[in-house]
Amino acid sequence: MSPERKKYLKKIKNEKILVFTFRSLIIISFILTWELLVRFRIINSFLTSSPTDIINTTYKLLVDGTLLNHITVTMYEIIISFIISFLISFIVATIMYFIPIISKIIDPYLTILNSLPKVALGPLIIIWAGAGIKSIIIMGLLISIFVTTINIYTSFINTDEKYINLMKTFHSNKKNIFLKVIIPSNYKNIISTLKINLSMNFIGVIMGELLVSKKGLGYLITYGSSVFHINLVITSIVILCIMSYLLYSLVEYLSKKNIH
Amino acid sequence: MKDKIILSVDNISKKYQDLENEVLAIDDISFNLSKGEFISIIGPSGCGKSTLLSILAGTDKDYKGNLIIKNNTNIGYMLQNDCLFPWRTILDNCLLGLEINNRLTKENINYVKELLKKYELADFMNKYPDNLSGGMRQRVALIRTLALKPDILLLDEPLSALDSQTRLTIGEDIFNIIKNENITAIMVTHDIGEALSISDRIIVLTKRPAKIKNIYQIPFNNLDYYSRRLDSSFNKLLDQIWRDLDVS
Repeated sequence: MSPERKKYLKKIKNEKILVFTFRSLIIISFILTWELLVRFRIINSFLTSSPTDIINTTYKLLVDGTLLNHITVTMYEIIISFIISFLISFIVATIMYFIPIISKIIDPYLTILNSLPKVALGPLIIIWAGAGIKSIIIMGLLISIFVTTINIYTSFINTDEKYINLMKTFHSNKKNIFLKVIIPSNYKNIISTLKINLSMNFIGVIMGELLVSKKGLGYLITYGSSVFHINLVITSIVILCIMSYLLYSLVEYLSKKNIH
Repeated sequence: MKDKIILSVDNISKKYQDLENEVLAIDDISFNLSKGEFISIIGPSGCGKSTLLSILAGTDKDYKGNLIIKNNTNIGYMLQNDCLFPWRTILDNCLLGLEINNRLTKENINYVKELLKKYELADFMNKYPDNLSGGMRQRVALIRTLALKPDILLLDEPLSALDSQTRLTIGEDIFNIIKNENITAIMVTHDIGEALSISDRIIVLTKRPAKIKNIYQIPFNNLDYYSRRLDSSFNKLLDQIWRDLDVS
């Protein structure tokens, strides 16, 4: 190995170490400061909770089994709304691609529905679908479906024209153009749309749980705040953070696995 | 001679429409193509050469006049850009046309592999296009077109995306491949030297709307790619065509 190469590799490694160290420092010092401020009674743990309280609460909830129950419910709602919203968006975008006149006709409606704050529909959805899991899944669906459809369709129609021209020189039909060019060339775009889709579903589901529900992390948050049990509220938020990070990493991992 | 004609262009005209107006792109062009012949079409840029080619290829059906193609004539079309799909291997890129036309038989796959071997691309068969140089990519693109065993090959400025040195080598490569496989071809180009080095006949078009200005029979068409440039009449023809083009 040449000295220049050694130097280059060392530089990359050093940067990695630096990033990792500071990343860890931020979270560690945040937790430590929080804990110390509570211990020295500078802030009131009744309002802010504390890292040890969170750990204790998590442990207690884990032991009596309620935490796992709530996580499973929230997970279930997110996954169902994620799958359904992606399928519907993908199918609608495909139809719009194959029949351009349809996309021209529904374009303004999509834009309106996309810009409408979906929370406003919450009360209506509860009246129509009942105060239960169904409403929550619909909420998760609605919040992501329009933006996902628009994103997928936009990437479809922005596919590099030269590839499509090539397909036409082979007298390809539209189905083949779709299968052999549109889908593979937009693989990365579809994955990044999936990531947006996922975080939208997350927002929708938690929003739904805050509004109705008797189970799930969103319910824990509303319940905790209504009885002034701040520990419970913050514990749920921390668990949500971890959950969303894990789900996001999962999508990232799956997408990298399939790329050439 | 007459029974050797496999494609005949008969008073073809083409108009483009948009909301503001209509533009005449091709104005009444006629010529014949015989089997085994290589015709180059030269014209000022933007004169409608590529449009004419896509009419011949059958991808543009909106024109006036008659296009007569002998029965069972297969037409292959090679675009200016190699358009290799970065997500497919070289072999899979070459098989694309066969795949689309449901002709992915063992025999045809072997034919493509033979072509790749013959033109020194066998080692790259399972690599992806970003591992290839510009000239190699162009060769792959040609093989992808040849995979369908076309009787007539249409070439749309096949070398214009290459730098001038690669152009000469690839020009010769493509010339050799076309002669080897005994292909009838029509090439669109704006490079007079290139046209003189490859063709049997050159059709010169006018500025838009494209009309036929002149047709040249190349006297030294029995020579190979390089020797042609040394022929005494090469420069004379080059000059004449240059005047025809009237680039000023």
